[in-house]
Amino acid sequence: MNPTLDLLYRLADDQLILGHRNSEWNGLGPILEEDIAFSSMAQDKLGHSLQLYTLLHELGEAEPDTVAFTRNTPQFHCCQLTELPIGEYDFSLVRHFLFDHAELLRFEALADSSYEPLALVARKVKGELKYHVLHANTWVKRLGTATEEAIERMQAALEFTLPYALGIFETTDAESEIISSGLFVGEEQLQRRWEASISKVLAQTALTLPDLRLLTPVTGGRHGQHTEHLQPLLDEMAEVFRLDPTADW
Amino acid sequence: MYGSASTHDIPTQAATGLENEDPILLAEFEARIARGEKIEPTDWMPQLYRKQLTRMIEQHAHSEIIGSLPEGTWITRAPGFRRKMAQMAKVQDEVGHAQLLYSAAETLGKTREQMLSDLVNGKSKYSNVFNYPTPTWADSNVISWLIDAGAIVNQMANAKGSYGPYCRALDRICAEEAFHLKYGHDAVVHMATGTPIQRKMMQEALNRWWPAIMTFFGPSDKMSVHTEILMRWKVKMATNDACRQQFLDMYVPKIWEIGLTLPDPNLRKNEDGVWEFSEPDWEDFKRVINGDGPCNAERIAVRRAAEENGAWVRRAMQQPQARYVRPLA
Repeated sequence: MNPTLDLLYRLADDQLILGHRNSEWNGLGPILEEDIAFSSMAQDKLGHSLQLYTLLHELGEAEPDTVAFTRNTPQFHCCQLTELPIGEYDFSLVRHFLFDHAELLRFEALADSSYEPLALVARKVKGELKYHVLHANTWVKRLGTATEEAIERMQAALEFTLPYALGIFETTDAESEIISSGLFVGEEQLQRRWEASISKVLAQTALTLPDLRLLTPVTGGRHGQHTEHLQPLLDEMAEVFRLDPTADW
Repeated sequence: MYGSASTHDIPTQAATGLENEDPILLAEFEARIARGEKIEPTDWMPQLYRKQLTRMIEQHAHSEIIGSLPEGTWITRAPGFRRKMAQMAKVQDEVGHAQLLYSAAETLGKTREQMLSDLVNGKSKYSNVFNYPTPTWADSNVISWLIDAGAIVNQMANAKGSYGPYCRALDRICAEEAFHLKYGHDAVVHMATGTPIQRKMMQEALNRWWPAIMTFFGPSDKMSVHTEILMRWKVKMATNDACRQQFLDMYVPKIWEIGLTLPDPNLRKNEDGVWEFSEPDWEDFKRVINGDGPCNAERIAVRRAAEENGAWVRRAMQQPQARYVRPLA
């Protein structure tokens, strides 16, 4: 695949799917303020994905609604981390923490992309992601230093989620061209920055970051291989849209 | 959304407890309200006023979070980016309203934790319309437009009430509701003027929701117990029938204008400008409000699960040295 399309699909699908998952917290948060916060982040992520699908459309791909609402599992390039069900708050919070640290660094780097339309989008997106990271850090520090129960839960969630989080950085055949053309600094460099970034926050808590080199990353998402959770999500998302694809809703 | 005066119980004259209040303070309190002054949290107020307002604001807050559930289930199914983002923002507003309202109720002395506990234990109620299902996207649109429209009629009236924190919360809420109304109207118009599938979905949803909409403002004034004291204290600002008439006058023509019909052959405006309609089934209304509706158990179960699953987070947030501080507005 063309390296620009390859990169844009990965970025857009991550944002769409995690945005969708975050929106499922409506009515279920541990406090009302968290229902509201997860909804805000979901709206931002949906908005980011729409901007990225719009870039794809400008490059000749189908309309954003068609791309988002009519593809099936093998055509999605999100990492598997984003598609896992929301689970309990500890998992959703840890996913949000691990993912958004990577996203902020990713979009900061993309602000210097050689592909100017993407750089323009990234400059706006990174400003919003800053607040997502701030939110995640606040809660991770708070719960990661609170009761024994909270620390245990957060540690378990961290250990469960990390292998999936490493899947964020799965590369495709286009990677070397993406780097050499100046589109993006590349996943390896992003992962190094991410490790430093999450370590700094976790060091301020009672949580322990396991040795990442000993973990096996959960990959496949970037190549259209997904968990059993993605297709039901896509079916639900498209349930109304597919009733009458010719309609203007 | 979603407040509706129909949810709060109204005391009978016999049980007001006013004979135990200091007559001088009471006279002064009533004079302030008559002059149009707002009562603030630290001001003297009769026990009955505190009790009725707490119950009313609390039930309004509960209606916001419970009301976010039937529309919330359509966030993940909303067709297309535009609707998906708008539906999320709309439902998020409702949860924000709950937050504002719980704070307003807390100024009267009851904590949010206690209110939420009363909700899941069935001790306090919420707007009865949310005990009905939303089987299609069109049902969600009907709520966004017409239930929010009904709530605005009610809330615009109550915003002129006597309790400062509630009025200020309602002012902010009404400003957001105005956008919900536009959103709901736009979604309904798209469906009502769309493809045959969309038009059918919308008409069926409206038929399903109309009986519940007609009960939204509560039982007819003919059936309500005495509300004089609550009106005098500006706790209740308009009667159920007055709100219902205002709603019909504002929205029935708009519904007919976009080619939808309403499932009541007796619905018409008479020569005196008063809307006539078939009497809603108040027995069914009572049955549902008392817990036996199609979705009561499900709504409370979702709320209870959220409370239970999130309990560890709230425990972790509690600092042993922290002291509960009642908000002032």
